[in-house]
Amino acid sequence: MVVDGIGASVKRKEDLRFLSGRGNYVDDMNRPGQTFAHFLRSDVPHGKLNKVDISAALKMPGVVAIFTGDDFTGVGGIPCGWQIHSKDGTPMVEPRHPVLAAGKVRHVGDPIAMVVAETKQQAKDAAEAIILDIETLPAVAGLTAALAAGAPLVHDEAAGNICFDWHIGDKAAVEAGFAKAHKIVRLDLVNNRLVPNAMEPRAAIGDYDVSSGEYTLYTTSQNPHVIRLLMGAFVLSIPEHKLRVVAPDVGGGFGSKIFHYAEEAALTWAAGKVKRPIKWTADRTEAFITDAHGRDHISTAELALDAEGHFLALKVNTQANMGAYLSTFAPSVPTYLSATLLAGVYKTPAIYAEVKAVFTNTVPVDAYRGAGRPEATFLLERIVDVAAREMNMDRVEIRKKNFIPKEAFPYQTPIALQYDSGDYMATFDGCLKAADYAGFEARRKASAAKGKLRGIGISTYVEACGIAPSAVAGALGARAGLYEVANIRVHPTGSVTVFTGAHSHGQGHETTFAQLVSEQLGVAHDMIDIVHGDTGKVPFGMGTYGSRSLSVGGSAMVKAMDKIIDKGKKIAAHLMEADVHDIEFKDGKFSVVGTDKAKTFGEIALTAYVPHNYPIEELEPGLEETAFYDPKNFTYPGGCHIAEVEIDPDTGTVSMISFTAVDDIGRVINPMIVEGQVQGGIAQGIGQALLEHAIYDESGQLLSGSMMDYTMPRADDIPNISVGMEVTLCTHNPLGSKGVGEVGAIGSPPAVINAVVDALRDYGVRHVDMPATPAKIWALIDAYHPKMAAE
Amino acid sequence: MYDFTYAKPASLADAAKALGADAEAKALAGGMTFIPVLKQRLNKPSTVVDLSALGLNYIKLEGGKLMIGAMTPHGSVAASADVKKAIPALAELAGNIGDRQVRYRGTIGGSLANNDPSACYPSAVLALGATIKTNERSIATDDYFQGMFTTALNPGEIITEVQFPIPEKAAYAKFANPASRYAMVGVFVAKTAGGVRVAVTGAGQNGVFRHAAFEAALAKSFTPDALNGIATPVGDMNADIHGSAAYRAHLVGVMAKRAVAAAK
Ligand SMILES: Cc1cc2nc3c(=O)[nH]c(=O)nc-3n(C[C@H](O)[C@H](O)[C@H](O)COP(=O)(O)OP(=O)(O)OC[C@H]3O[C@@H](n4cnc5c(N)ncnc54)[C@H](O)[C@@H]3O)c2cc1C
Repeated sequence: MVVDGIGASVKRKEDLRFLSGRGNYVDDMNRPGQTFAHFLRSDVPHGKLNKVDISAALKMPGVVAIFTGDDFTGVGGIPCGWQIHSKDGTPMVEPRHPVLAAGKVRHVGDPIAMVVAETKQQAKDAAEAIILDIETLPAVAGLTAALAAGAPLVHDEAAGNICFDWHIGDKAAVEAGFAKAHKIVRLDLVNNRLVPNAMEPRAAIGDYDVSSGEYTLYTTSQNPHVIRLLMGAFVLSIPEHKLRVVAPDVGGGFGSKIFHYAEEAALTWAAGKVKRPIKWTADRTEAFITDAHGRDHISTAELALDAEGHFLALKVNTQANMGAYLSTFAPSVPTYLSATLLAGVYKTPAIYAEVKAVFTNTVPVDAYRGAGRPEATFLLERIVDVAAREMNMDRVEIRKKNFIPKEAFPYQTPIALQYDSGDYMATFDGCLKAADYAGFEARRKASAAKGKLRGIGISTYVEACGIAPSAVAGALGARAGLYEVANIRVHPTGSVTVFTGAHSHGQGHETTFAQLVSEQLGVAHDMIDIVHGDTGKVPFGMGTYGSRSLSVGGSAMVKAMDKIIDKGKKIAAHLMEADVHDIEFKDGKFSVVGTDKAKTFGEIALTAYVPHNYPIEELEPGLEETAFYDPKNFTYPGGCHIAEVEIDPDTGTVSMISFTAVDDIGRVINPMIVEGQVQGGIAQGIGQALLEHAIYDESGQLLSGSMMDYTMPRADDIPNISVGMEVTLCTHNPLGSKGVGEVGAIGSPPAVINAVVDALRDYGVRHVDMPATPAKIWALIDAYHPKMAAE
Repeated sequence: MYDFTYAKPASLADAAKALGADAEAKALAGGMTFIPVLKQRLNKPSTVVDLSALGLNYIKLEGGKLMIGAMTPHGSVAASADVKKAIPALAELAGNIGDRQVRYRGTIGGSLANNDPSACYPSAVLALGATIKTNERSIATDDYFQGMFTTALNPGEIITEVQFPIPEKAAYAKFANPASRYAMVGVFVAKTAGGVRVAVTGAGQNGVFRHAAFEAALAKSFTPDALNGIATPVGDMNADIHGSAAYRAHLVGVMAKRAVAAAK
């Protein structure tokens, strides 16, 4: 009955304003009396700040104030929201992350001073007049260099540059598995460092109301309440009721806008000092050297197999680059968001993983679309392919042999997680069929006839999202709860405003959530508004990341709507003089079961606000409910991705020919939006696999620090992507939804690399690290010829 | 950007005066290179002299020569029936520079004055043996390019036109840098009345260069196979995060063969 409800591909409401240039982004906002900030940043990777001389700069035209690290000694450091303990039980080393550099600079981009001026240009002019005396110190950028004996220390308190040395799993069981193995396959892998590059650079305005004493921070955030909590409670000591954080339209985040950044605290604090609003917008160069980067792991994996190809045990050792400071959720990424996923879709009985987190003189590294799960999936799906080859088994067969069967759910993995539902054989078979896997040999021959090397690659994956049960997350080190909040306000005429703690920065929440409410309450889609991104309006919330908005935020809405319906039933029972147990709510109508008596949702809403004939003794007027929903478990989307590539052996260029995905994301609300999310994630995955790489030189300078050298995927790098679904429902949330935001970025990179390695099967190539650039592929092909000649 | 004075002279003489009188004054063509440089505060001109009102945006096919005004944007070269007829390789080269926006603004004069070692036009100009006309003189192409970002232009000298002789056949093969999509290796081959000329951009340490060994081989036989076994000295090649010197040297051969095969 509800045309715009669950399952309809409703066009995105928000696109009208986005596509017509009427979005309201932070940089579009201007406050009366506004000033502008410019951050003077370190251009050396590591150095001792002997002196920051601002005396000349203060005299420059238009300068309002200049702040340096010394001004922030009385406030807290930028906090980390997740604490990991090392194997020996000691907490991770958590060095102070000052708002502005104090004593030392630790990466290129580290802020040294903030100039506040009447115009942006004046702020930049004055920044150039600041005289810096920096004594350059030896720096470390890469993991290997940072862990080498006698390496320069990023923080004096972190010996050996180690933040923590953590492990998970049953080591003895793994050793036992290895002892009885028929074969042990070993693989070294690098998960390449990435720059998030959201289209909208970060921006913020700090504002202070002298009369009320209230601070407002407008910021490009995926989770304004989290920023309010972290900045208010830990950095600036501003109580919640005096601090409002607004994250209006936000142009993409991909994780990089989850975190609390130093600029936000500096601007808010300084607005209170200069008593005027202060605005800052990063340029692209600043984004490259200040937005938290992603990935950057080095791993060694060992898989033990029996003679039939069953997986017996898996052992993984990972080094994870944290950068110069701990970003908000950085410690969780290589540990509880990655190592716990090493079972993948397989029934491997014993798993043990060790993770060393390492400080380096680079931009902090934190969650980036998929956060930890792409790293685990890449490792696993690569080693499974290598194992198949070295066991002389078919890649399809080895997977089928080891899948967790659908009868086994709920399935307890050997490393903490309990998968609630899934059918890996269904997504696998569906994808093999959709990709015409059976017909590949003919296509390979056709390519060979043109002198091209064709390869096909499979990846089967599961991820954990819908973050997260608060108690579980807390036990694992989270310093916050991870529930979600919905407040549903039914207006007297029956229209609805939903206040959600989730935040939309491209995901289309204003449409999807309205569909959910429309379905549940029977109210037309255009009579529903979704409000998000303002702590002054939304009661509370933890924001959007970890593919949690629908499964956690949507579930909170369902809970709030249940309360609305319950109350509506009481009002309806009163109006129709029936027992409340005889009232049924369906398709927007409250009716008395077995009769033709009914009241519309609108009539009930009006009655709630005009309570002339109303059970006023038992029931309050009004129709507005709030629900906090704390999930019982993570959700576990999974599926299969298949990539087909063609390599030009003359140049090493890898062309994506096709990409096929069949995913299980639980219940789908809007298929069009879901398809877009999957495609976007896959585009990012292809970017990681073939194109993107943040490269530091040994001294700590970012070589790929602009679009001239950092290869963002372009439309013509991405093939047509076929997206299919094989749904099993999540068993523990009221919607049955699992989450879709990250699956594309998680499942796709190994599919692409498996295809590349397959294409190079005649060149003795066992593994290719990402990105598979033309230069890298050509070098592999070139290196092979001499051997052939020698034979 | 730093503050500067903006001038838009209406005659070449006035433009030359504005640029000649002040060593800190700089010419502005399409601004595709210059404006980003200004935004990053890497240059602090006193006056920016806009060349767009000098009547230098034209394409003429006359007397067996193709004349392109310095302010002609890449998009116009790519779309020009005259260019497509006379030197189709040049139209194709222009049509693959940057993106639509860059081709709408960026100019042939700006590209040649800048002489970016990864730019496409220098290879065409050098291989075709074009003549670069300025407000002061005519410069033979073999004298013009003097290493990366360095040309024979005097301070304040303005390119007004590029004159191309019409080749028998020619082609450009570009291997794009994956990130910037400038030429990582671009090879322009031209079979002209005066012989075969091969110019390589993107790859060399000193910007665009002529490939004597390839020219000699192709003079004997203008076929891809003629280039078999002829190496490009690795020591002269650029190396960066996108590719080693050996890779570039290899690509020079691959692109040259492709250009010869495609020449028309
Ligand atoms: C995103 C992007 C992609 C690009 N891709 C490519 C590519 O693939 N291949 C390629 O070849 N190029 C590429 N370019 C370069 C572009 O095509 C322009 O040719 C180049 O930026 C310079 O031309 P312009 O007209 O914009 O000159 P400007 O930026 O205005 O000027 C450049 C320099 O030349 C001087 N100058 C300009 N005109 C004259 C003149 N008539 N006489 C004397 N001096 C002069 C200026 O003073 C300045 O120093 C790309 C540029 C961008 C921004």
